[in-house]
Amino acid sequence: MTADHSHPTGPARGSKIIAMGHYQPARVLTNDDLARMVDTSDEWIRDRVGIVTRRIADTETVADMATAAAGKALAASGLSAADIDLIAVATCSSVDRCPNVATRVAAKLGISSPAAYDINTACSGYEYALATVDHAIRAGAATNAIVIGAEKLSDVTDWTDRSSCVLFGDGAGAAVVTAVGDDEEPGIGPVLWGSAPEKSDVITIEGWRPYIQQSGQTVFRWAMVALPLLAEKACAAAGLTPKDLVAFVPHQANLRIIEPLARKLGVEDAVVAKDIIESGNTSAASVPLALSKMVERREIPSGAPVLLFGFGGGLTYAGQVIRCP
Amino acid sequence: MTTRDEITSGLSEILEEVAGVNPDDVAEDKSFTDDLDVDSLSMVEVVVAAEEKFSVKIPDDEVQNLKTVGDAVTYIQKASA
Repeated sequence: MTADHSHPTGPARGSKIIAMGHYQPARVLTNDDLARMVDTSDEWIRDRVGIVTRRIADTETVADMATAAAGKALAASGLSAADIDLIAVATCSSVDRCPNVATRVAAKLGISSPAAYDINTACSGYEYALATVDHAIRAGAATNAIVIGAEKLSDVTDWTDRSSCVLFGDGAGAAVVTAVGDDEEPGIGPVLWGSAPEKSDVITIEGWRPYIQQSGQTVFRWAMVALPLLAEKACAAAGLTPKDLVAFVPHQANLRIIEPLARKLGVEDAVVAKDIIESGNTSAASVPLALSKMVERREIPSGAPVLLFGFGGGLTYAGQVIRCP
Repeated sequence: MTTRDEITSGLSEILEEVAGVNPDDVAEDKSFTDDLDVDSLSMVEVVVAAEEKFSVKIPDDEVQNLKTVGDAVTYIQKASA
């Protein structure tokens, strides 16, 4: 099977998500399990972050999980492997530097000659990846893409550190994104992205045997103060206000960030993603994982406006309003 | 100049709002963590709200020094002077 992607169909007026898929490892790690490993408790974890369970990979790699999620999204999209000309993977926990995860996904799914790249902006990676793919399609550099968020944070977790090991999980989520027709409204809105580099040392995965470390209070304070305004701007970029949103899918870092953020934005009537309760913080995978589950459960009507908003290490942030597939 | 009592009463409103603390329990000698059950994240919310209410800056490094309501009152009074 050879597909010639050297001549994309030309610039498009925008792109849209047509299907989603997700994958989580089978192993469930409960708060009580963690209480047997470090000095913590179910009550402490629920009170501080709202997490009840998380999934931990066994032998699966980041590429395995990315492939599983992408394969499901591709199957649901009605497109075939030969139609895909771009793969973008958001991850900050892949231990292999080369080949990248995107080409491994392509090889496993039999996608023959896609442009394929990984992107690392930590927990905001998915929204950055979605934006770059939307831009590529608008520019005419691609027509049908798969955008994946995949993380194996258990590889970079210090399992003796009770302040961090209770937070993270593994998993992947993916979307198939295609160009819209000339008479069709774009389904991916303009991105609002940026960073606060003066705070780049408050979340780190550094060195040769890296572990995630963070200054929880500093991150929390930044999230409380900066995010409501940024999320509002992401809505404004799409010509909307938060009140127009039917669903809100923020990065799943902490229920105590998600709930006040939703309150401050005034989106209490919207469906707000709280997948952190069952999945923990899965960094760049958290938004596509949560969104894919919401789509699967039919919680959001097709075409409804949904704000995706990622934030994390860097400190980076990115958000855009999408139309639910 | 805001008096200590005025600051304590302002803090007590904030504590009730962000952490559900009974205003009757708030006094200068009370520890945020041990007496009022304010955890580290709620403390951040208290600080952010206090900055706005009293038009002061309370840097991250300073937050850990604010053990009691009285510590916070002293800091806010000094910062707004």
